[in-house]
Amino acid sequence: MRINAIRMSLALVICVAGSAAADPVALVRQVELEHLVRHDCGSCHGMTLNGGLGPALTPQALSRKPVVYVTNVILDGRPGTAMPGWRPLLSEAEAAWIAKRLLEGLPDAR
Amino acid sequence: MRVSLVFALALLVAGCAAVEPRGTGDLGLVVERASGSLQLVDTTRRVAIGRVPGLGDLSHASIVYSRDGRYGYVFGRDGGLTKVDLLRGSIAQRVLQSGNSIGGAISQDGRLVAVANYKPGGVKIFAADTLELLAEIPATYGNGRRAKVVGLEDAPGNRFVFSLFEAGEIWMADATDPRNPKITKFREIGREPYDALVTPDGRYYLAGLFGEDGLALLDLWYPERGVKRILPGYGRGGKPLPVYKMPHLEGWAIAGRFAYIPAVGHHEVLIVDTETWREAGRIAVAGQPVFVMARPDGRQVWVNFALPDNGVVQVIDTESRTIVATLEPGRVVLHMEFTARGEEVWISARDDNRVTVYDTAALKPVAMISAQSPSGIFFTARAFRIGL
Repeated sequence: MRINAIRMSLALVICVAGSAAADPVALVRQVELEHLVRHDCGSCHGMTLNGGLGPALTPQALSRKPVVYVTNVILDGRPGTAMPGWRPLLSEAEAAWIAKRLLEGLPDAR
Repeated sequence: MRVSLVFALALLVAGCAAVEPRGTGDLGLVVERASGSLQLVDTTRRVAIGRVPGLGDLSHASIVYSRDGRYGYVFGRDGGLTKVDLLRGSIAQRVLQSGNSIGGAISQDGRLVAVANYKPGGVKIFAADTLELLAEIPATYGNGRRAKVVGLEDAPGNRFVFSLFEAGEIWMADATDPRNPKITKFREIGREPYDALVTPDGRYYLAGLFGEDGLALLDLWYPERGVKRILPGYGRGGKPLPVYKMPHLEGWAIAGRFAYIPAVGHHEVLIVDTETWREAGRIAVAGQPVFVMARPDGRQVWVNFALPDNGVVQVIDTESRTIVATLEPGRVVLHMEFTARGEEVWISARDDNRVTVYDTAALKPVAMISAQSPSGIFFTARAFRIGL
């Protein structure tokens, strides 16, 4: 079950990597980041990213936000809100990768 | 009514004739957050005895129990309220009651279940037996906006007390007449209450504040005296760290006269004297505390942490106020639950897909149960405690 899930997300990551060949984030790390988004970002934004204490992060919810804006919010948080800056834990390339993935939509984000 | 109940019981007993009858006092449920299922566990034998699937999105799910210890009420993130039968190991009833919820409580008399909702912000009150909706309390504030409801707790007098995150308010609902709850509102209690607890004696409601250093305290014996701020500015101007996971207050650590509380944005556990409600000390810990939980006898306090320190659990000796152990139960520790008398504690490690049972005297693991992405662990002993 779990192995299947990993295999599936690997397959997905490989599909995505095809469209973003210049991405400096290694495949293994991409799997980790996707897990982080769903489960750790998910503790406020919901596991399906449909929102919780924090707003929804689905493509529809983020529709008019540029990648750069989303990347910066991930890295530096939103002062005055509960959104922390993830700079101590993520590189800029990793934050940008997450931003792109959010705007494209994670597999079961709804 | 009485006759049909006896009849139903007789049927139940007859139906289970092949199975040895049993109590539920040593049972519990472990939330498997990613798969939307529960593991039914036996704390005497330290094993899983069944899995209950089909509960929807269980990220951040919590559970309360009926007073007979037979049913668990599971509050799911997707707004699902599910009544689970521990004896049959299956879902008895399930309603999708909102778009997004955060937790709930069962009333003192066990007849009502209340759910705290983010979207649309408010509280709904259900009949515990049928899950019939009895009342709806929209968390409307300011110019008609709806706030997310957090820290919903049961309190003596069949009351529910809860906080409004964006509004900075605490509301108390007297559900003596459950279809027409009487609401008392306390305004300007502090910025962004994020969670709350009721003391084990049911007297105080304490809300943690995210938007400022401090907590808001309501004396439920004397609500007319209003909400008091305690521990203002506990960060003492020190720059708070980014908070990667909201701390939890429910599960509250009280040991003797002292309460142990997570400091938001600091690597500290705060000690509060519950007679004066003043700070009585602080303990440096390995990271930002999420759950700070006292062993039922109050001798130890166990602490887990937010990212990136979520692989360890520390044990504080409350007498010396020192850390006596730093344990590594697995990757991403999400929750801890003591057995009712505290000889063991069950700890979930999400990314290692397991729950580890520790002997709390020896501080050594004694058993391991596999579970898929386990988060909350809830034992039926919660049925008999107020504010859990």
